[in-house]
Amino acid sequence: MSLIAITEVRKRFGSVEVLKGINLDVARGEVVAIIGRSGSGKSTLLRCVNGLESIDDGSIMVAGAQLLPDDLHLKALRLKVGMIFQQFNLFPHLSAGRNVMLSQMVVKKTPKDEAEAMARRMLDRVGLGHKFDAYPDQLSGGQQQRVAIARALAMQPMALLCDEITSALDPELVNEVLAVVKELAAEGMTLLMVTHEMRFARDVCDRVVFMHQGRVHETGPPDEVFGRPRTPELQQFLGAQL
Amino acid sequence: MTYRFDFSWLLTYWPVLVKGAAITVQLILVGALLGVALGIACAWVRSLGPRWLRPVAGAYVELIRNTPFLIQLFFIFFGLPSLGVQMSELQAANLAMIVNLGAYSGEIIRAGIEATPRGQFEAGASLAMTRFETFRHVVLLPALQRIWPALSSQVVIVMLGSAVVSQIAAEDLTFSANFIQSRTFRAFETYFVSTAFYLALALALRQALRGVGNALFARRAAP
Amino acid sequence: MMEFSTWDILRNLLLAARWTVLLSLVSFVGGGLLGVALLFLRIGRGALGRRFAKGYIELLQSTPLLMQLFLAFFGLGLFGIDVPAWLAAGAALILWTAAFLAEIWRGCVDAVAKGQWEASSSLGMGYVQQMRHVILPQALRVAVPPTVGFSVQVVKGTALTSIIGFVELSKAGTVVTNATFQPFTVYGLVALIYFALCWPLSKSSQILERKLHVAHRHH
Repeated sequence: MSLIAITEVRKRFGSVEVLKGINLDVARGEVVAIIGRSGSGKSTLLRCVNGLESIDDGSIMVAGAQLLPDDLHLKALRLKVGMIFQQFNLFPHLSAGRNVMLSQMVVKKTPKDEAEAMARRMLDRVGLGHKFDAYPDQLSGGQQQRVAIARALAMQPMALLCDEITSALDPELVNEVLAVVKELAAEGMTLLMVTHEMRFARDVCDRVVFMHQGRVHETGPPDEVFGRPRTPELQQFLGAQL
Repeated sequence: MTYRFDFSWLLTYWPVLVKGAAITVQLILVGALLGVALGIACAWVRSLGPRWLRPVAGAYVELIRNTPFLIQLFFIFFGLPSLGVQMSELQAANLAMIVNLGAYSGEIIRAGIEATPRGQFEAGASLAMTRFETFRHVVLLPALQRIWPALSSQVVIVMLGSAVVSQIAAEDLTFSANFIQSRTFRAFETYFVSTAFYLALALALRQALRGVGNALFARRAAP
Repeated sequence: MMEFSTWDILRNLLLAARWTVLLSLVSFVGGGLLGVALLFLRIGRGALGRRFAKGYIELLQSTPLLMQLFLAFFGLGLFGIDVPAWLAAGAALILWTAAFLAEIWRGCVDAVAKGQWEASSSLGMGYVQQMRHVILPQALRVAVPPTVGFSVQVVKGTALTSIIGFVELSKAGTVVTNATFQPFTVYGLVALIYFALCWPLSKSSQILERKLHVAHRHH
């Protein structure tokens, strides 16, 4: 059984339909990249999986938890999937360590010392154990994004959603974040990521999904998608990326 | 002009002024603490709270901001007893100040909340926090920090405005001044000195609020 | 005892409200004129004038309006004249309004970007020309909403003049209450009349503010 099951999902903003019946299953431990032009609906899809956007039709299930608009179901769903944002969204008034501790203590009622121990482990995991007391504005963009990853991991999610997590970074900071993601993939974390890093998608992902005009246009292993694109739209998209 | 200033009464009456000033300080401490708490609640309702409650909070804010504090005070002290709500002068003064500051600070704090980047709410949500938990732990403190100068000014304005509680015989600094001038017939000198008291209180209050802000928004070391 | 209908009460209050309106107008206009003078002292190039204006503004913003009214009332009395309440009320409110308006307007002048000063200097304009042609026209646009907003504070401020015996809406409220023993109704109505005076001003200030923001975004 797949961990994330997206079935016939439709989403409309006003009169514009941005998702026109999406079907996508992600197996446990699978690493899936979603590529496509801006406006193809890929970020919206990711946000739907975490309940940040409501869906108009279809269903989304994560490990048996269904996306429904009430608080109880949303909470159950969000405990199973973590999300990393393009803009990091660290809490500016809390130190890196506190950022990682907060939701454990608030949501899971984890005692403080346990939450702190977990925060130290997770920051170590992303190579930032020594930045426990640093505040977000004292960290580089790459470090902030790694703290954001640690923060999501501390909730022990079954899957991580990554929404263009390197797009806001200076080029020289991209690799330190991708290295962390690569390691997570190697450890067997389920990852669903929207990305513009084609080389990374090719090297790390098990499957690539090309979205076009609100639909899954083409999907397959990276070798096929990048090496032998079948549709002219994908060919054109990949051509523009070079 | 032949008038000769005389401040000799101060020797006898300064304890009365100090006692009045103490009441004024007590009024603003209670008023600021509970008023800002009410303001936070009101701001939460208006920007994030249940939709049906928003117009109620909005009406409260508009009503208070567009009527004089003196009339609010009279309504509470003279008007409410006819509904069976009895209270002392000081209680009425406290209540009026809380209600007044609640509305003003509610509007100020709301602006602070609404300046919060959307990503903060989304980050909170993605970590499975409820809307209220996100507000409480993520949004509130930075929002207060954003508007702290405006909020501090408003607290000082309410303290200065509290001079009118003497009109319902709450024994504040102005009440003391009125009492002294009725005994000494040195009205100008009395009000001159009490104005200086208010000035000192205003400066001290501003300083205190800066201190509270520094403590509240200080970056904390390891937990 | 005479019976008062709600209409009797309301009519008496409305008659008194004329004085609230008149005093507000006088204070706002007078305070505005004095405020302009203060503003020019405050942003002018004379160090003495700047310091005076700054001190004046801080003093009036850091003491209760009620104390200022008392001081005007009894201070004018020191000259040996019998001071009518309206004179003390008008004088104190004008002085008070001027301080606040000058400070609001100074904020507006400050809000005009520094680049504008530099640009106009680079064009060889003198201080007066810069003010007249570049800074003030821009500051004026920004100043309208908060100025209208402050008029609400002036209307509410007039309520305090009842305490030194000027008969306006609030004083009428007290008089009528003493005659009718209906404080809930009377003060409720008084509040509603104030609200009717102030709310349109608040609302237009908000609308002007929003328009200004929209205009800024489209530039």
